[in-house]
Amino acid sequence: MTRSFLTGTRGELLGVGVLALLVLLVLPLSLDVFRLNLVGKYLTYAFVAVGLVLCWGSAGILSLGQGIFFGLGGYCMAMFLKLEASNPEATKIQSTPGIPDFMDWNQLTSLPWFWEPFHSLTFSLAAVVLVPSALAFVIGVAMFKRRVGGVYFAIITQAIAAILTILIVGQQGYTGGINGITDLRTLKGWDIRTDEAKLVLYFVNAALLLGCILLCLAVRRSKLGRILVALRDKEDRVRFSGYDVANFKTFVFCLAAALAGVGGAMFTLQVGFMSPSFVGIVPSIELVIYCAVGGRLSLLGAVYGTLLVNWAKTSFSESFPELWLFAMGALFIGVVMAFPNGLAGLFQTHVVPRLDRLRGRGLPPVPGPTRMAAE
Amino acid sequence: MTNATDFLLSVEGLTVSFDGFKAVDDLSFYVDENEIRVIIGPNGAGKTTVLDLICGRTKASGGSVKFRGKELTAMREHQIVHAGVGRKFQNPSIYDDLTVFENLEISYPRGRSVWGALAFKRDAAVRERIHEIAEMIFLADHLEQRAEYLSHGQKQWLEIGMLLIQDPQLLMLDEPVAGMSVNERVKTAELLNRIIADRSVIVIEHDMKFVEDIAHKVTVLHQGKILSEGSMERVKNDPKVVEVYLGH
Repeated sequence: MTRSFLTGTRGELLGVGVLALLVLLVLPLSLDVFRLNLVGKYLTYAFVAVGLVLCWGSAGILSLGQGIFFGLGGYCMAMFLKLEASNPEATKIQSTPGIPDFMDWNQLTSLPWFWEPFHSLTFSLAAVVLVPSALAFVIGVAMFKRRVGGVYFAIITQAIAAILTILIVGQQGYTGGINGITDLRTLKGWDIRTDEAKLVLYFVNAALLLGCILLCLAVRRSKLGRILVALRDKEDRVRFSGYDVANFKTFVFCLAAALAGVGGAMFTLQVGFMSPSFVGIVPSIELVIYCAVGGRLSLLGAVYGTLLVNWAKTSFSESFPELWLFAMGALFIGVVMAFPNGLAGLFQTHVVPRLDRLRGRGLPPVPGPTRMAAE
Repeated sequence: MTNATDFLLSVEGLTVSFDGFKAVDDLSFYVDENEIRVIIGPNGAGKTTVLDLICGRTKASGGSVKFRGKELTAMREHQIVHAGVGRKFQNPSIYDDLTVFENLEISYPRGRSVWGALAFKRDAAVRERIHEIAEMIFLADHLEQRAEYLSHGQKQWLEIGMLLIQDPQLLMLDEPVAGMSVNERVKTAELLNRIIADRSVIVIEHDMKFVEDIAHKVTVLHQGKILSEGSMERVKNDPKVVEVYLGH
């Protein structure tokens, strides 16, 4: 079998190194704080895309509801920040000082019980990971134990995304409604709105993303990673090799949800608010598109896909706002029809063989379908 | 009625109906330790369904399947595998995207829980066992090859190997030589003869020559019921069998 110097553990680590160089050095040096903050926002979506690579790419479980988990993570963070911003001092003009402003507008006179624990930063940070994965666990057990899969699973995740949006919008007094949770100011007294804070948060976010990618690489290199590929291919064979397939699917779905939650929390911190517009069906599908464009089999590809599509979205919708949705739809169809493995697939078939030749190893290009499919 | 605990597998009164159609109807048979049982019968006789019922893929409407005294009909598929029943499917069911080595590794009976699989280490014992099995199934030179690129016969062997590595007490093979070349068929018979030591095997097969070579006992199914049972010699001369099956 032909092996390129870019495949295998060394190649993957090299790829992570290049990405680290890009997000930690090249981008910060070449962009102003405003643009860098924008990139930071895009990178929070990359957490979801990376999770989708494991869940959809490796295990074949397409979730069209990752916005749910992104949103839950974001809301957990926003609830903490909102409580800090709503100290009695800052809210003394309200009829009930000390509760978030939107609650006061909605005639609530005390903080709802489920908001109470979000006074604690430790609890909130834990919730960012645990709330999304707990919901994913419930959905996973309910669906996978009953052997619901494929399109049906995708539709159900979409329905849940829609339900959650309606719930958040409808329960205005508890959630901030359609506006979301806004006007977030400080984290333990540290103002997150300054340029300096944005720079720090950008680096925290980038480092976390790189950490998550390394974690996913480790998962994929474990036997569990190979079992995920196996069950995408022949679920029955895995079952009759003595594995409880539902547990594995639930695990990877929970992992993807936890990653999405981290992304959502970092979004809230960098952008300064969270709203239901990041929870529903449309954002969930956009997240899948980022992953598909980048290549659903490649963790790094998903990051580049996210950056590229968002960059295109920003520049395109600045000039032709009404055309962007059509362009994205066309992009998705184009990618699925012509390049099912996305940018990473193109890289693997066209760039890698050339790089190998440049290194003078004289390796012939990988014939036919590449090793990508298993990765 | 014989005492059920003497047998490795005792199937009693097994019935399954799909929308009123009884695919398997009040079926009873017993498999001894180290016995090779071949099930034959015309298309639609319910042969594959019987295997599906034993391994838990299909839920029985009635009756019992006891394996070493354990009731299998109440267990889930992976538990049945853990109990020591291995099943090979009719079409080669292997993981195309993984290498031969990885295919065998996944079937290695360790680290079968989520956390176990995360912590699983490819240690010397694993490698050794995989090499041993690969040797046995004629794939020692193909370990690093993607399973997708194997020939049909090699895929069948790989799946048999994936079962062997689990070391099941009861091995169920659904048409293991179907679609194989003459050469591959000979090798497969040789392989089967080698692996049946220390375990019982239930084989579904159409190839009469092959059946004659390996069977200890033959069960003939027809419309979900047993038409005849016994040695190949006896079954071959049973007029009922000749009429529905062998005569064609």
